[in-house]
Amino acid sequence: MMEPFEMTVAQSLLALREKEISARELIRSYVKRITEVEPAIRGFISLLPEEMILAQAEKVDKLLASGQPVHPLAGIPFALKDNMCTRTLATTCASRMLKDYIPPYDAHVTEMLDEAGGILLGKANMDEFAMGSSTENSAFHVTRNPWDQNCVPGGSSGGSAALVAAREVAFALGSDTGGSIRQPAALCGVVGLKPTYGLVSRYGLVAFASSLDQIGPLTRTVEDSARVLEAIAGHDPRDSTSAARKRESYSKFIGREVKGFKIGVPREFFEQGIAPGVKDVVLDAIARCAGTLGIEVDDVSMPHSPYALSAYYIVATAEASSNLARYDGVQYGFRAPNSDNLLDLYHETRSQGFGQEVKRRVMLGTYSLSSGYYDAYYLKALKVRTLIQRDFTEAFQEYDFILTPTSPTVAFQIHEKIDDPLTMYLNDVYTTPANLAGVPAISLPCGFSDQKPVGLQVIGRPFDEGRLLQFSHALEAVLDIQGKRPLL
Amino acid sequence: MKITVKDVEHVAALARLNLSDQEKKIYTGQFNVILEHIDRLNQLDLEGVEPTTYVQHLQNVFRSDREISSEKALLRAIMQASPDREDGLFKVPPVME
Repeated sequence: MMEPFEMTVAQSLLALREKEISARELIRSYVKRITEVEPAIRGFISLLPEEMILAQAEKVDKLLASGQPVHPLAGIPFALKDNMCTRTLATTCASRMLKDYIPPYDAHVTEMLDEAGGILLGKANMDEFAMGSSTENSAFHVTRNPWDQNCVPGGSSGGSAALVAAREVAFALGSDTGGSIRQPAALCGVVGLKPTYGLVSRYGLVAFASSLDQIGPLTRTVEDSARVLEAIAGHDPRDSTSAARKRESYSKFIGREVKGFKIGVPREFFEQGIAPGVKDVVLDAIARCAGTLGIEVDDVSMPHSPYALSAYYIVATAEASSNLARYDGVQYGFRAPNSDNLLDLYHETRSQGFGQEVKRRVMLGTYSLSSGYYDAYYLKALKVRTLIQRDFTEAFQEYDFILTPTSPTVAFQIHEKIDDPLTMYLNDVYTTPANLAGVPAISLPCGFSDQKPVGLQVIGRPFDEGRLLQFSHALEAVLDIQGKRPLL
Repeated sequence: MKITVKDVEHVAALARLNLSDQEKKIYTGQFNVILEHIDRLNQLDLEGVEPTTYVQHLQNVFRSDREISSEKALLRAIMQASPDREDGLFKVPPVME
């Protein structure tokens, strides 16, 4: 028989409802799995005590036995990226600055998953303050890619992606500012969805770049992505950018017909330093899907996409420099000891509390906002953002979806890129356009290059997550790589 | 535009960061490489293009403030997360000599 931890979210829910397994058995299977593989993977920053987790599972079992209607994710174990506030566990952002910080409130997504009956197991490792593409910027430890432990899991939601790939959790949440859900999903061979900007509340998500940040699920399948998304999406007045829309069922789109969908494949996304192996796998995947599904595929141009990365690194760092000004050692978090005066306290706290990459981005952002450079950098980037958004609007007049590679390379070696910031930033070359335009995008595993997973990115129209998941589910069925798992 | 060590010192001061001489040198080099890449934006004609700060066009989103002075447990949790405090206030070193 299949080990319980091998089941997807959808399979687990069914098994629980059919009483083939109890929530306690399901959770125990995950706890055992974590004991076995976590020493090698190190995807977690913190774990809740086993008694607390099992007590939650027992509550679910009682509810199931009572015959009352159960919550949509009742009994399903998950992890949160450690930039989402939890009152029960420190929320560190993988930074010395917040190492012992216990928030006085839960994030909106923490509340929503709790209400849905999900069982939080722990908090996932990440690049410090979500800045990075390899999770090597964590102040605590490196996370390893389950497919090749000498390689990074991607980032910044690398812990979330590795935990899902290693079957240590049934799903995880990540946050995506320039690709931080999709790129690690691609490198770890799982499904990662960045919803439309505003679909999921950012209340209680520690801010990096507020006009770009969005929370989304990392899962093993597209159907699971739909299940988790419908549990966390919806209007929240505590986030002023949260979209005032009615809640929707996304899982009802799974399995619907996709024949006749029109797909654009922008040629600019197969340039800019793509590894030949990745290009071949993605093009082959698109060709196979086109033939099998009866969809129309056209070569298109999105002429401003090669400028997205540059615009992104100005906008994101400018917003970060402003958002991270709050870490001053006064109200919460780390404070440097022995400061003589307040100004000294600010300087010492920030210099000792932030790591190299965070300092680099805060300074870059400060530079582009500083007197004399604002027009040359920040304002220019905002105008380019308009052009990138326009490229998408035009493409979506003709096409239902855009297909591209998620990342120009497969997982790379630990230490390979960490000393060269620009090379690291180039990981985000295909993912940043969707953030700048605010449109939803998902990464699906579509094959292997050099025995490592390759991600296919599907980009959709704003708030069209239902059809995006419907189409992605059809692609997943054709690509059929679910049978392959990392050997752990 | 070439960034110099002096520019890095200026930006670090604005961002309230202390840097060692070694760090100043490394950051200066890295910023020049990154900004050279970013300068490709100069290839675009941006005449007449409006800037986009947010993709949604929201205006004046209001919500009511919530009074929390009676929520003792929440206030306690907030103060407990602070590095130094006295009588329900955050405590800092002298602002002026």
